[in-house]
Amino acid sequence: MAEISFRQALNDTLREELHRDGNVFLMGEEIGVFEGSYKITAGLLKEFGPKRVVDVPIAENGFVGMAVGAAMLGLRPVVEIMTFNFIALAMDEILNHAAKIYYMFGGQTPVPLVIRTPGGGGQQLSATHSQNLEAWFAHIPGLQVVAPSTPEDAKGMLKMAIRNNNPVIFIEHLGLYNTKGEVPAEDYTIPFGKAKVTKEGTDLTVISYSRMATVALDVARRMEQEHQWHVEVVDIRSLRPLDRETIVNSVKKTGRAIVFEEDWRSYGIGAEIAATVQEEAFDYLDAPIKRVANVEVPLPYAKPLELAALTGAKQLVDAINELAPRRRRIITHV
Amino acid sequence: MSTEQQKRPDGRDATSLNKPRVVTLPEDEDRDTLVDYYHQMLLVRRFEEKADEMYKMARIGGYCHLNLGEEATVVGFCAGLGSHDYLYTNYREHGYALCRGLSTNSVMAELFGKETGCSHGRGGSMHMFSLEHRLMGGYGIVGGQVPLAVGAAFAVDYRGSDEIVAVQMGDGATNGGPFYESLNLAKIYKLPVVFFVVNNGYGMGTPVEKGSAVAELYRKGCAFDVYGERVDGNDVLAVRDAVRKAVKMAREQREPAIVEAVSFRFRGHSVIDPDRYRDEEEVKRGRAIDPVALFAQRLLDSHFIDEHDLHTLEKQVEREVNEAVSFAEESPFPPVESLFDYIYASDDIVQEKK
Repeated sequence: MAEISFRQALNDTLREELHRDGNVFLMGEEIGVFEGSYKITAGLLKEFGPKRVVDVPIAENGFVGMAVGAAMLGLRPVVEIMTFNFIALAMDEILNHAAKIYYMFGGQTPVPLVIRTPGGGGQQLSATHSQNLEAWFAHIPGLQVVAPSTPEDAKGMLKMAIRNNNPVIFIEHLGLYNTKGEVPAEDYTIPFGKAKVTKEGTDLTVISYSRMATVALDVARRMEQEHQWHVEVVDIRSLRPLDRETIVNSVKKTGRAIVFEEDWRSYGIGAEIAATVQEEAFDYLDAPIKRVANVEVPLPYAKPLELAALTGAKQLVDAINELAPRRRRIITHV
Repeated sequence: MSTEQQKRPDGRDATSLNKPRVVTLPEDEDRDTLVDYYHQMLLVRRFEEKADEMYKMARIGGYCHLNLGEEATVVGFCAGLGSHDYLYTNYREHGYALCRGLSTNSVMAELFGKETGCSHGRGGSMHMFSLEHRLMGGYGIVGGQVPLAVGAAFAVDYRGSDEIVAVQMGDGATNGGPFYESLNLAKIYKLPVVFFVVNNGYGMGTPVEKGSAVAELYRKGCAFDVYGERVDGNDVLAVRDAVRKAVKMAREQREPAIVEAVSFRFRGHSVIDPDRYRDEEEVKRGRAIDPVALFAQRLLDSHFIDEHDLHTLEKQVEREVNEAVSFAEESPFPPVESLFDYIYASDDIVQEKK
């Protein structure tokens, strides 16, 4: 297995899928000549030409709708939305068209569409360029929503997204593009709706996805080394469909749960997961479920304010300290 | 500017709604074709009247938007398309479904929410679909269907085939962003799209002149250098010919075009709309130019048909519509166990490629 960056894994996948299936084509703002705002599509225009790598004008409503229409006729568009924030302009085509067409026409035409887009804050891009809107999409039946955290998962899940016959929102993260990891050489796909336990533990479960799943793993390893706390980390990877079974089984084992998410806390992904856990593992809980999320403000520009608004390793460590050690503390005091 | 206002041979504006008129038919038209247009117009008329009746009897739920008064527009438009061309429409689409060749039974059954409906009872009045007839859906969000049509045209172009994609919308849709983004996209990629705007004078209760800075909607393509033409929506042949011309441009030159048909909505926006915002006189004038009756008169005047034929057609259509109601009544609802069917397509579905 070779170690490559998240960015390279995405780039390799797009290239391989363009080679594999002539119906696959890419569209997005600045993905061709400019090679992508974040260089995910670097080199692809040169290799595949303008028919397969289509630069579009700044018109998200129009070109996302266009991708949906092309998918209705059997093409497999892979659309890049430059940042997650801009997807708001295309909501009608995603919510009322992509997610509905297969159902409301009685199963006559599937919509094999992928929309890739990076979310995430922390780069002083302020309020309109730093949001994580996954809950909007995970709420909608008819869509599939995935948010991998490693290059290996990114590759396997993007292949799955392109080969599957449904509209998929494929969420990337600005902070993950340069991270590296091992990626298998052979062709593989990773099914949606399968969470991954990235670290086993017995004291507490942290449930996360996307970049926060990698932060959770670092924190859990550190807590184990420094304090011998055995934190289990579940990377859900796929938000819809959600692997409730793996989450519930983990919490049944540890009795404590924290959902660690980079979206806003109210009505966020963590709310759904917490509700699931209390519905299916209430009797196993030794403490209330905690949600560690971004502070509920539009993300500010000034660095100290931005840092105060974003969640991260410190917030997770604090939450673990509040939740897990109670029993130990009592023991220490006795 | 690459637009033109259609003139009648006598130089009068063809799109004025004010004067009823009877024009003889061109001599080179084929009799059977013309009678068939009349037959289709009559079918749309009687079907919609029956839909109205069934709605009021609570057989049909939800919203129900009728094509009454727009029969010449609907039939002329569909007649201008090739059988392999794709069609996207808005939510006022029963007539388009019928003229695309969907069975009267399957359209009525869809209104009744039955499994035998063209969308298997999942879509209702606003969401009719038939891949077989290349009716790529009625859509309930104003303007939402327009980018989809551009995408379908992109797919046609991508494959190098020669179908065109037509997209029907109301006057109101021309005030929204998706329309303009679509014109731009269609033009820059040189896609075979015909934008068909049915201007019936009102977007729900808002007059066109109040909602649109430019009330001549065919001119709205000028910013994109997209050709536009306005046509009398009460004249089935004029509509057909304008659509044919646009279809030819799209197919042969890969040039998108706008056709605006000036039409008249006999009733309110939907079945439940009491239509209080329109002046009584205006409605009376509009209804006086009844495209179905006028076309019957043209056929009579040209001796293409006689009173007996008209009566026979009337009976035939009445029977067809009544049979559709019986079919819809007798058809089963989709079973409740099928509630979750069609949310996601399985991975082994093979797409119709062309």
